[in-house]
Amino acid sequence: MRPLAITGARVIDPASGTDATLDILVADRTVAAIGKSEIPSDAQRIDASGLVAAPGLVDAGVFKSEPAAFLAGGITRTLLMPDQSPVIDDPALAERAQRIGKPHVWVHPLAAATRGLAGTELAEVALMKAAGAVAIATGRRQIASSAVMYRLLQYAAAFDLVTVVHAEDAALTEGAEATTGEIATRLGLASAPAIAEAIAIARDVRLAEAAGARLHIHKVTTAEGLDVIRAARQRGARITCGTAPAYLLLNDEAVTGYRTFTRLSPPLRSEDDRRALLGGLADGTIDCLTSAHDPRGQDEKRLPFAQATPGMSGAETLLALAISAGENADVPLARLIAMMSATPAAIFGVPGGTLAKGAPADIVLFDAGAPWRIDASKFVSASDNTPFDGLPVQGRVKWTVKGGEIAFAG
Amino acid sequence: MTSTQEPAPLPAVPPGVHPFPHAHLLGIEGLKPWEIGFLLSEAEHWVELSRSAHKRDDRLASLTQINAFFENSTRTLLSFEIAGKRLGADVVNMSVQSSSMKKGETLLDTALTLNAMHPDVIVIRHDASGAVALIASKVDCPVLNAGDGRHEHPTQALLDALTIRRRKGRIEGLKVAICGDILHSRVARSNFHLLAALGAEVRAVAPPTLMPAGIERFGVTAFTDMDAGLEGADVIMMLRLQRERMAGAYLPSEREYFHFYGLTAKRLATAGDNVLVMHPGPMNRGVEIESQVADDIARSAITEQVEMGVAVRMACLDVLTRARRGAAGWEARA
Repeated sequence: MRPLAITGARVIDPASGTDATLDILVADRTVAAIGKSEIPSDAQRIDASGLVAAPGLVDAGVFKSEPAAFLAGGITRTLLMPDQSPVIDDPALAERAQRIGKPHVWVHPLAAATRGLAGTELAEVALMKAAGAVAIATGRRQIASSAVMYRLLQYAAAFDLVTVVHAEDAALTEGAEATTGEIATRLGLASAPAIAEAIAIARDVRLAEAAGARLHIHKVTTAEGLDVIRAARQRGARITCGTAPAYLLLNDEAVTGYRTFTRLSPPLRSEDDRRALLGGLADGTIDCLTSAHDPRGQDEKRLPFAQATPGMSGAETLLALAISAGENADVPLARLIAMMSATPAAIFGVPGGTLAKGAPADIVLFDAGAPWRIDASKFVSASDNTPFDGLPVQGRVKWTVKGGEIAFAG
Repeated sequence: MTSTQEPAPLPAVPPGVHPFPHAHLLGIEGLKPWEIGFLLSEAEHWVELSRSAHKRDDRLASLTQINAFFENSTRTLLSFEIAGKRLGADVVNMSVQSSSMKKGETLLDTALTLNAMHPDVIVIRHDASGAVALIASKVDCPVLNAGDGRHEHPTQALLDALTIRRRKGRIEGLKVAICGDILHSRVARSNFHLLAALGAEVRAVAPPTLMPAGIERFGVTAFTDMDAGLEGADVIMMLRLQRERMAGAYLPSEREYFHFYGLTAKRLATAGDNVLVMHPGPMNRGVEIESQVADDIARSAITEQVEMGVAVRMACLDVLTRARRGAAGWEARA
């Protein structure tokens, strides 16, 4: 395989604290050198002047594997939620799931916490770990039974597995289509109060502390949810969390007109919650940003709001929307990148997330200042359901390198 | 029972402004006060026609009206059917929950099928909020919302307003208490918008579990104490209580509900002397309203509401089809 020389890029590698204009030399699928070095005569070259070079993004918690869409978004590693068909609740399925992205992206399966994600019987999580699952996840729903959740966390602790949870109280949110408030009332949508999240996080983190387990909130979306996380950390709880850009950029007013592309899970929240979330991004409470990529076909969205399936196609807009959110919250680019690379890699113990010498050569090259307009009709993803269609943004992926090979050129 | 005095004038259409520039009637929210006033004034002369022996006007002759009801209804469907027939339309009723939707056809497929039959107006009821607007975006003719989920039921609010105005002579400044299951009620939401637009003082009376959040943003004052909410009221609108609310733990029992939120003769005494009692029907006697209150012809406007329903629906069908009938002054919107 030919070496690859990336020259003139602003290299941002949060793991090593690097932020400087440097050259990157890639050989044998790994980062061979950073900084000035002899470029072999047979090397393929990318002139990356004016571009940022960052670790390929690590997306902690996607619902569908769409390698082409991930590469277009600069994502080289994904943690795949177990809500697949069939559910990843068996070692053979976990093993198979690891291969579905190859050779384009790394897919790290998350083991279903319970059989069929039904929330009643534990799945073979330790065998799934042996088969390649990097963590456990409850999927799209909370495990309603506190007893099942407690046992799961005790079990997970013994095998040093992080448990990724969907943080909405199952009973309180049953049948809900929106967050309780003026908008839900105006539109006549069934709703659940935003505290459904804080209740779920509070329960799960207390159980995790009692069990000595590590907990990761897939998407935190409310002010009170953040407060519960902050308080738990003060006690020393091992809790981490992510969120998706939609919750940082939109509030529930976006639902007006019954726009089913804004139907997400958890549902969009109030403006107060959105602002609190920007605060959580700025003060470091939020560890990760995820696309939560959950593309939906037209048949699942061209319906009355109540019948539409939640979820949005997020992979291709993760970076640009993260940059927009970062600007709103005054978060420097290097920290945003860390939230989509080094931090999720560290939480889940997956390779990558860094450009250190010897690391896998998974690299995203993007123009941080390039303005563009999100155009869902040009998505690589099979689904165009984004609530951000037409939004002017900055930050465009130009190249995605995976394992030393150019996997996407924009 | 009509007020002896000449009613106060409705909000006038400003000069040079079209009285109703909308293709559809999907809700009351967003309508201008004079647009509401225009529909109400149009409805007035249909009241007279409906009371005459010759109940027929052929302005909708040769037009096809489809009543597509995706949710059970007897009274509203009948009212729309009679309204269309009195205007001479060819009225077709389609009860959808029993047919194609069960075979997996999507709502939009059904909408496109209806559209291909070239209807001139479609009246739709659906159990999902927003479903009627979704269909309206896909068809080529005017759509009239006959109730979508918990969202809106605009003709109910219009017929309520027409009833109040005929009985009370005005709407502005009246104290109107809307009582019962506000959370699940599209009737309440449409009435909030309409009554606020016409300047009434609106109160919502409900147990806390059936009171939606953010209701004060509608310009409504919320009461969980019914006696306080009824004090000095000029109009009381009772809402139907669905019996499945007990199963959902919204309420302990019908008995307890009636005790605290039922409209009894005793409770009625706290309201104004000439209070008007209304109910969109069908009533649960002994659950939300005492029989003697419902049947008190001096105070109850419940049967008059049904009568006004036909007139209001005739007005809406007429106004919405004017563009396609090429009525003078309405061509531009076609």
